[in-house]
Amino acid sequence: MMKGVYNWIDERLDITPMWRDVADHEVPEHVNPAHHFSAFVYCFGGLTFFITLIQILSGMFLTMYYVPDIINAYKSVDYLQHKVAFGVIVRGMHHWGASLVIVMMFLHTLRVFFTGSYKAPREMNWVVGMLIFFVMLGLGFTGYLLPWDNKAYFATQVGIKIAASVPYLGGYIQTFLQGGDIVGAQTLTRFFALHVFFLPAVLLALLGGHFYMIRKQGIAGPL
Amino acid sequence: MSENTSHSHSERKPGAKREMSRRQFLAYTLGGTTGFLAAGVIVPMVRFAVDPVLQPKSASDWVKVVEESKITAEPKSFKFQVHQVDGWYESDPELEAWIAKDSSGKIFALNPTCKHLGCTVNWNNNPSYKDQYFCPCHGAHYTKEGKNLAVAPAPLDEYDVKIENGFVYLGELHANSIVK
Repeated sequence: MMKGVYNWIDERLDITPMWRDVADHEVPEHVNPAHHFSAFVYCFGGLTFFITLIQILSGMFLTMYYVPDIINAYKSVDYLQHKVAFGVIVRGMHHWGASLVIVMMFLHTLRVFFTGSYKAPREMNWVVGMLIFFVMLGLGFTGYLLPWDNKAYFATQVGIKIAASVPYLGGYIQTFLQGGDIVGAQTLTRFFALHVFFLPAVLLALLGGHFYMIRKQGIAGPL
Repeated sequence: MSENTSHSHSERKPGAKREMSRRQFLAYTLGGTTGFLAAGVIVPMVRFAVDPVLQPKSASDWVKVVEESKITAEPKSFKFQVHQVDGWYESDPELEAWIAKDSSGKIFALNPTCKHLGCTVNWNNNPSYKDQYFCPCHGAHYTKEGKNLAVAPAPLDEYDVKIENGFVYLGELHANSIVK
């Protein structure tokens, strides 16, 4: 059945070359854990992407119940976690995944660093990777405020104070992040917008570039 | 993939055991494992999303509205509050019922939400439709029992009524059972 559907579409749109282009590529021996078990370190980038996908999915589902408003944010999180079936699991995926994605990204960065994979001609991909790193930190920072509990509130308070210590621009950055003079209603909606629209859009664009470059340039050779 | 499979099938000697190719075995096991893991991620999220559909419908409680002695043959409007739990938001919205006695003295209560497009109807508020419910939006009008006479496609909804210790209690709202 599935085969029939696939063939029907393929005859009309010739989609096989498209996914072949994405999925079929050489996996050199030195990055294949089946040949050298230590090559598992080359999996960290893929794992980071895998967890990112889970973050996007679980985040989409969480917004079905969450409201970015100081009166209702905490109540809606409490409701979705304790009253909705599997709420504790879906929120758990997003909560633990957020930490895990940073860990995986850090391990991936270490691997790239210690194998020297950032060297010419792949410097640009290292830079894009660093940008992804900062966008991820931004996603973590903005997402942390959203449950609007004590921990979230004071962590954001501290984070914004740190941002405010930037010479000359600090005050402007603080006002921009807070959306006003205090961490409050406007900060919450702002962080929500950044967390679910702006930063993910930037992240996807950067990931596109990251993957395009690695496919174009190939995986760096063995040590 | 299928070429390979059919190839090996065609080479099979008559009477030989039907064997799965190595490639097919791998495709099944890897596909099965991937499917299982993906389901582990997807199933909780889908169950989470469809939770409102699977929630049992909560039956509404009886609300004490007014003394039985206040009810006359002429419909009168009474306001009453119901407790409403909407996810994390709880409120006590005020509802309205027009309560009257029918010719046999039985008490019934109608909801004044017009069955045309949901405006609020009123008793005897239009001189051209004396002793009728009239809707100001598109001129729908109803009899005292809620029967739709024009515009509206259905009669006014009716509340369950219970009389206890001289008080009228209203319950669930449902389609009008007095008139067809």
